[in-house]
Amino acid sequence: MQCPKCHAPMHTYNRNGVQIEQCANCRGIFLDYGELESLTRLENQWGQQAPPPPAVPQAYPPAPGAPQAYPAAPAPAWGAPHGGHGGHHGHHQRHKSFGHMLFSS
Amino acid sequence: MTTTLLPALTSEARSVAHRSAVRPPGGACPCGGGAADAVLADRDDAQVVRHADVVAKAHAPGTGRRDLTVRLAVAARLPELLLPPLREAPTALHGRLITFWPHGVPVDRGDPDAAPWEAAATLLAGLHATDPAALPQPLPQMRGPAKAARALARLRAAGPHPAAPPVLRAWAALPDWARGEAPAPAGRRGLCHGDLHLGQLVRAEGRGWRLIDVDDLGTGDPAWDLARPAAWYACGLLSPEEWTRFLDAYRRAGGPALPAVGAAPWPVLDVPARALTAQTAALAVAKAVAAGRPLDEIEQALVDACGRMA
Repeated sequence: MQCPKCHAPMHTYNRNGVQIEQCANCRGIFLDYGELESLTRLENQWGQQAPPPPAVPQAYPPAPGAPQAYPAAPAPAWGAPHGGHGGHHGHHQRHKSFGHMLFSS
Repeated sequence: MTTTLLPALTSEARSVAHRSAVRPPGGACPCGGGAADAVLADRDDAQVVRHADVVAKAHAPGTGRRDLTVRLAVAARLPELLLPPLREAPTALHGRLITFWPHGVPVDRGDPDAAPWEAAATLLAGLHATDPAALPQPLPQMRGPAKAARALARLRAAGPHPAAPPVLRAWAALPDWARGEAPAPAGRRGLCHGDLHLGQLVRAEGRGWRLIDVDDLGTGDPAWDLARPAAWYACGLLSPEEWTRFLDAYRRAGGPALPAVGAAPWPVLDVPARALTAQTAALAVAKAVAAGRPLDEIEQALVDACGRMA
């Protein structure tokens, strides 16, 4: 979709399990119906946890659509549902992707 | 061409090594007479050979002398960030431009846990914080987007493949600057490496980690240099821990491409990370078509990510 303010393309991000659109140019944010309430609800849940747990790195990037704990490392909506080593790639795949993909243009 | 180029290139490397100032005149080369020759790369776009502590590189056919000379001068000017060349001007050999470099120890491909994520991020932060106006001129454009466009052209030329359409759609959805068809947006310009991956870091004698390969260096959106690790992370090739180490080190070193700590990095990284995912997927599919083999699991993950973009 296009930004209603500056007409640049908007991209979808996953914030705490809520899909939001952000403008690539002016950084404005567009929320669908109910998304503001979802974010407020998540914020309240977070605020009610006392004392808050320390933010630990997640094992995986957030899965699109899935509610998340505090995201230490957010990922884009187009990202892999199960990323990172220890995910579906496993140890062998991690070594393979490391030595192969991470060393070439 | 390669069959005659490689021996000639090795001979040049040997000649530079044997003239090295670190040896007394007439003293023996530590190579012991040829045993230290090695071919480090032999690709369509580059040949790299080593003799003792000297590396000679034949740049891609069609490389412009003026741009390469400026890029060498930038490397010579920033020896704390970039490996400085042994000679500041390229020379011609068999119709190619060649340059000479000190040998450096590369990142160990067999040891993911030893990958220098912090060093890579810190070097990039230093590069991005450098004032381009204070560097040798005319500084060319960073060639990241042009390189991505070339990968997509290679995919189109490879012939039909079921994985090609999602990659082409993801590419078509990108803004024109990310496809190399317009300059980077105003306000997002800095000195960039242009082709960062783990093969672009070496430890040279008596120095720490340095960035190598200045062929794509120039001005552009510095987020491009962070976007390949971002794409690896998004596609599940890089763990959240490694990605966080990389991002934190970049911010600690004052890297200007990202918003302040606490602000989400993805609005800045998203477009270049999409472009680099499409580039990597395009090359993977083109290579698989050429070799007549199926995509492996990692290559398929890149194609799947393209499918979720558009």
